[in-house]
Amino acid sequence: MRKSILLGTLAVVGLGGGAASAATLDDVRAAGQIKCGVSTGLAGFSAPDANGVWQGFDVSVCRALGAAIFADPSKVQFVSTTGQTRFTALASGEVDVLARNTTWTLSRDADLKFTFVGVNYYDGQGFIVKKDLGVASARELDGATVCIQTGTTTELNLADFFRVNNMTYEPVPIETNAEALQQYLAGACDAYTTDASGLAASRATFADPENHIILPEIISKEPLGPLVRQGDDEWADIVRWSLNAMIAAEEYGITSANVDELAKGTTNPEINRLLGTEGNLGAMLRLDPAWARNIITMVGNYGEVFNSTIGEATPIGLARGLNAQWTQGGLQYSPPFR
Amino acid sequence: MAIFSDSTRGGFRLGMLIYDTRYRSLTIQVGFLFLAMAGAAWLVDNTVENLRALGKDFNYGFLGTRAGYDINQRFVAYSSDSTHGQALLVGLLNTLFLAAIACALATVVGVLAGIGRLSRNWIVARLMTVYIETFRNIPVLLWIIVMMAIMTEAMPAPSAFRGEDATASMILWDSVAITNRGVYIPEPLFTRGLGDLDIGVFLVSLDLVAVLIVGAAGIYAHLIITRHAEAVQNATGTRPATWWKSLAVLLLPLLALLWALGFHPGWPELKGFNFQGGIYMRNSLIAMWLALSVYTGAFIAEIVRAGILAVSRGQTEAARALGLRPGPTTRLVILPQALRVIIPPLISQYLNITKNTSLALAVGYMDLRSTLGGITLNQTGRELEAMMLMMLIYLVLSLIISAAMNLYNRSVRLKER
Repeated sequence: MRKSILLGTLAVVGLGGGAASAATLDDVRAAGQIKCGVSTGLAGFSAPDANGVWQGFDVSVCRALGAAIFADPSKVQFVSTTGQTRFTALASGEVDVLARNTTWTLSRDADLKFTFVGVNYYDGQGFIVKKDLGVASARELDGATVCIQTGTTTELNLADFFRVNNMTYEPVPIETNAEALQQYLAGACDAYTTDASGLAASRATFADPENHIILPEIISKEPLGPLVRQGDDEWADIVRWSLNAMIAAEEYGITSANVDELAKGTTNPEINRLLGTEGNLGAMLRLDPAWARNIITMVGNYGEVFNSTIGEATPIGLARGLNAQWTQGGLQYSPPFR
Repeated sequence: MAIFSDSTRGGFRLGMLIYDTRYRSLTIQVGFLFLAMAGAAWLVDNTVENLRALGKDFNYGFLGTRAGYDINQRFVAYSSDSTHGQALLVGLLNTLFLAAIACALATVVGVLAGIGRLSRNWIVARLMTVYIETFRNIPVLLWIIVMMAIMTEAMPAPSAFRGEDATASMILWDSVAITNRGVYIPEPLFTRGLGDLDIGVFLVSLDLVAVLIVGAAGIYAHLIITRHAEAVQNATGTRPATWWKSLAVLLLPLLALLWALGFHPGWPELKGFNFQGGIYMRNSLIAMWLALSVYTGAFIAEIVRAGILAVSRGQTEAARALGLRPGPTTRLVILPQALRVIIPPLISQYLNITKNTSLALAVGYMDLRSTLGGITLNQTGRELEAMMLMMLIYLVLSLIISAAMNLYNRSVRLKER
């Protein structure tokens, strides 16, 4: 009995480990699709629509990869992961890339052996409470019951925030965003804490969003971005530059509407290089020369995706803020395409 | 074996390892052992190889590093500054506590339902049948989630207890508050308490120890009184009245101790966001406790029923013929024989409860699976180490329970003289 359990685990780990090696790009090409780890459902970021098709801000990163590699954004297989299962899923090769509101930290980068390829959303941790609780600041939450998604950095930030401010709280650990919202709405916890973008996204789905407020304190830095397994730099480069292509496209004013026209050639060599009419950037990534053009045509540039999924015109209603282009006072900045 | 004696002629040939039945089984066993060992070696080697490919090592150093997360229910001192090892201990104690109270309640529920199903009262028997068939045929995880949903959705929030026009109120003379965050009950407090004894890993309440010692001494005194009464009865034929003596030795020292320690109950009170004071039973604990108890109780009920039916009807008739009344018949004749049948399957039910506590993650109860196998695993990324340590702990736990129950089984089984 004891031996069989032990062997079983070793076998599982052994098999899982075996799948993680080899060149990811070749595996992806052979499989004909990208396996992309997303959340279990967070409106605006990654959630299936009425037809069961995954939509959202994080989902578009995966779609961009589909466009870059296969010239078809639908060649993505989405895998739902919870805060607890996401890293195991990526490390074992169950997914090729994780685009799931994951905070870039040193220990995840170095100790968990992942490579964060960039930041697609600069976020911070906030609190949401019901208005009738009469709380205007997170510093008034002494003694409160707080719902948290377990296995996330928010859990650690929360512990630090309350300890530093000499306050006590009652943590209620919950596995998924949906369950946490259910508990919060039922009043089983006074406050729910997660990334402020996630709070805004969730509030948009409430029946009475006007009765809930997001407290002004942002208690942490949460740079969210896609990540891949460490050790396959070629694959990391593809994901990194697919994201950068979307950001750079917005900076140069390339949109899904005018990309075909600009692809005929412009006076701006940077645009020409990005769209593949000049130089051989695509070949350096082992991709088609039109890879970035496909991304912009089929998925859109960073700003277009932001506005259509989580921007101010959507129910989620997030302002660009830190996520504006660096030329607009934000932090989104792509290294040069050269 | 004698029929093979002709093969002893001549020396040992290698072919005999396969064709000679005396050696064949040995050959097969040795061969199988080598295959098993080779398989194990391959798995270990593959794991080591893949870990190296991933750039990961295998070590338990993470248990000594700062955990950084908080745990709501803890029986030992723990804060976010404690180590992952301490978090493991907190989780383990939560697992043990849940397993203990669930085993106790499941036994009570199971025995009542098992006897009820044999009742001559038609309604009781049918109700118990419905209970058993419903609960044991639906997965326990669903029961856990149902219980949690009932606790969260159907109970009032603490804020409903507040103000002049409160929509909810505490029950049992304002001593118990049932909220959607859990149940608050009064706690025992001591104004002249003895404090705590630090035994390294955790603190032991000396008050509790004192109460237990005095209680045990009372029970021992009660046994002496009963034995003395029996001796008198055997010698003289009349049994002296013992109830008031027993009551006195059981209760008086305990009451005196409680008075000396300054015992008073601490009532739960609504303060700030939540109730404060009293013992707080979180709804995750209650959901797990009730779900595991009623689910496993249904299995235990069938075990109890089988045990009772296994005692032949002639035993009851013989006891009646000897003049025993129904009560003593059950206690002295039926139950001791039924227990022999009941105990072995009951052990596996207790083991099931202990292992099923690992479903606690579903409702956020911070057991071993949620601390070591959940948050710690996630924050440190030590999947293999955490999983193997967790399996080892559950294994040791199950073996201990099994060993203890086997000892008890030995004391009730048929004595052969």
